[in-house]
Amino acid sequence: MTGMVEKKGWGLWLTHVGLLAGIIIICYPLYIALIASTVTQADLVTPPMPLLPGGHFLENYRAALFSGMSTPVWKMMANSLVMALGITIGKISISLISAYAIVYFRFPLRSFFFWLIFLTLMLPVEVRIVPTYEVVAGMHLLNSYSGLILPLVASATATFLFRQLFMTIPDELVEAARVDGAGPIRFFFDILLPLSRTNIAALFVILFIYGWNQYLWPLLITTDPVMNTIVMGIKQMLPSGDQTVEWPVIMATAILAMVPPVAVVIGMRNLFVKGLIESEK
Amino acid sequence: MARVSLTAVKKSYGKTVVIDDLTLAIEDGELIVIVGPSGCGKSTLLRMIAGLETITAGTVVIADRVVNNLEPRERDIAMVFQNYALYPHMTVFANMAYSLKIAGLDKGEIAKRIETTARLLELESFLKRKPRQLSGGQRQRVAMGRAIVRNPAVFLFDEPLSNLDARLRVQMRMEIKTLQRKLGATLLYVTHDQVEAMTLADRMVVMNNGIVEQVGTPLEVYHNPATTFVAGFIGSPPMNFLDLNNHNIVPVPVKASLVGIRPEHLRFCPLGTGLCDAEVAFFEELGAETLVHLRSQNGEKYILRLESATTPPALATSVGLTAADKYRFFFDNNGKRLKSEDAPPSP
Repeated sequence: MTGMVEKKGWGLWLTHVGLLAGIIIICYPLYIALIASTVTQADLVTPPMPLLPGGHFLENYRAALFSGMSTPVWKMMANSLVMALGITIGKISISLISAYAIVYFRFPLRSFFFWLIFLTLMLPVEVRIVPTYEVVAGMHLLNSYSGLILPLVASATATFLFRQLFMTIPDELVEAARVDGAGPIRFFFDILLPLSRTNIAALFVILFIYGWNQYLWPLLITTDPVMNTIVMGIKQMLPSGDQTVEWPVIMATAILAMVPPVAVVIGMRNLFVKGLIESEK
Repeated sequence: MARVSLTAVKKSYGKTVVIDDLTLAIEDGELIVIVGPSGCGKSTLLRMIAGLETITAGTVVIADRVVNNLEPRERDIAMVFQNYALYPHMTVFANMAYSLKIAGLDKGEIAKRIETTARLLELESFLKRKPRQLSGGQRQRVAMGRAIVRNPAVFLFDEPLSNLDARLRVQMRMEIKTLQRKLGATLLYVTHDQVEAMTLADRMVVMNNGIVEQVGTPLEVYHNPATTFVAGFIGSPPMNFLDLNNHNIVPVPVKASLVGIRPEHLRFCPLGTGLCDAEVAFFEELGAETLVHLRSQNGEKYILRLESATTPPALATSVGLTAADKYRFFFDNNGKRLKSEDAPPSP
């Protein structure tokens, strides 16, 4: 890349050593978890702790995926996937529609509604968790996907993001579409949505990880183990009594829990980069 | 192809009147250029015809249909915007096809129309590209293509050339004119550039402060300006104005307060024998011609156009200035042109 200062000699080495040190510090716990998921419980608890992979990879992962502790991990992962996708798609759809309304339509109390949405920024799930629980319980949505997803769907942040994006779209483009005969619905689907594509992709990644990592809310409303999500499920795997802790299986579960978010990031990476290049409107 | 007529059209935002009582009839197949300084209401007028602005009062008729309350898409018009407003995510083909697709034409017909239009505008090799892969001139052409494929009753162009460089602008001007002739289309063209207006227009509408100052062919307007505004706005360099209170000029119409003379009609004469005396301030040498800037004792500034072959007087010398009687335009103190009939018979 032009314009960048190229470091030479010691500077270059120092930079690389620094970066490597950072990576090692971040990756070491992950490495330990990965190693722990490939050995037996007995090997793990006898010091020194093994630092090289053992031969029980398949065995541990099969145990985690298909039997788990109380619920098989594949079931919890499926629950997490439904919840994360539900939150992501719900949030993006609702934000797109509300930003569209706020930017392009004049209706009574428009700015009032805008500020109302703005206010919800100050009320994250954790703050309103008791009343939300009350409402969800009252609607008999405990232990259901709707109960997991719906309270987390409204998003002021995403609405703002789309509002800012829509405001950068030149008025002439809107007028050209009007002259071409596109009504509001057509304009939304034919012009606005394709132009928001890269922003939607970026939000998808962020919101998917947000949804996947939800801990407190699923913990509260899923009392039936069949509805447990993976992130809270890991915690549930730690027995409270005197039972032995099956660390290799738990570590295998932890590694499995990381796979989908990583996959989403890697899968959407190209759209990110494309979005940066294609910024011209 | 159609006629457009505006009757007593008015536009105001609250108490601010932008266009006041405007009446205009545009013939079938005419290229009308609406010209005026920025903020004179010319774009607003075009957008009212397009249906992008509401009409406060009066009626707009396109092709014998009152369109006041119709949506833009129902008015049978096509518009070309200053920044082209191409859909950035669509190919050139899709950009041109969009309105036809909405109108429900079948694919074969759409492809046929786009092919014809693309050939007309020499866009055939760009049909698969996205707008950002095109140069300014090509985008401009696509924007026109998008209008032409629809085969509308009226074309509306809103300063379509102002984002292009000077050379391309001249070229596109000619192309638009040729194209309009070929299609026989009614075209309304808004610009702030009086040269563009002069070269393009069948008739031009000179606007100022929301009011039509004059309507006429470019030469009519040039040779016979109705007001001081038109006289000063059309023609480059602008007309010289001499305040009659400061100069002893005869013969003069009764109510005249200003006399206007175009730079090419101003002549040098011996001191004290002409309309006024002035000092040579500086020269603009443009090659084919030289513009001589002069300043009179009371501070009035004049410009005189000379063929380059003629030797101008030296800098800082005082000269007399005069013009033939037929090149003197008289205006009253409201800026209205006084016709020669108003002039008293010369002694």
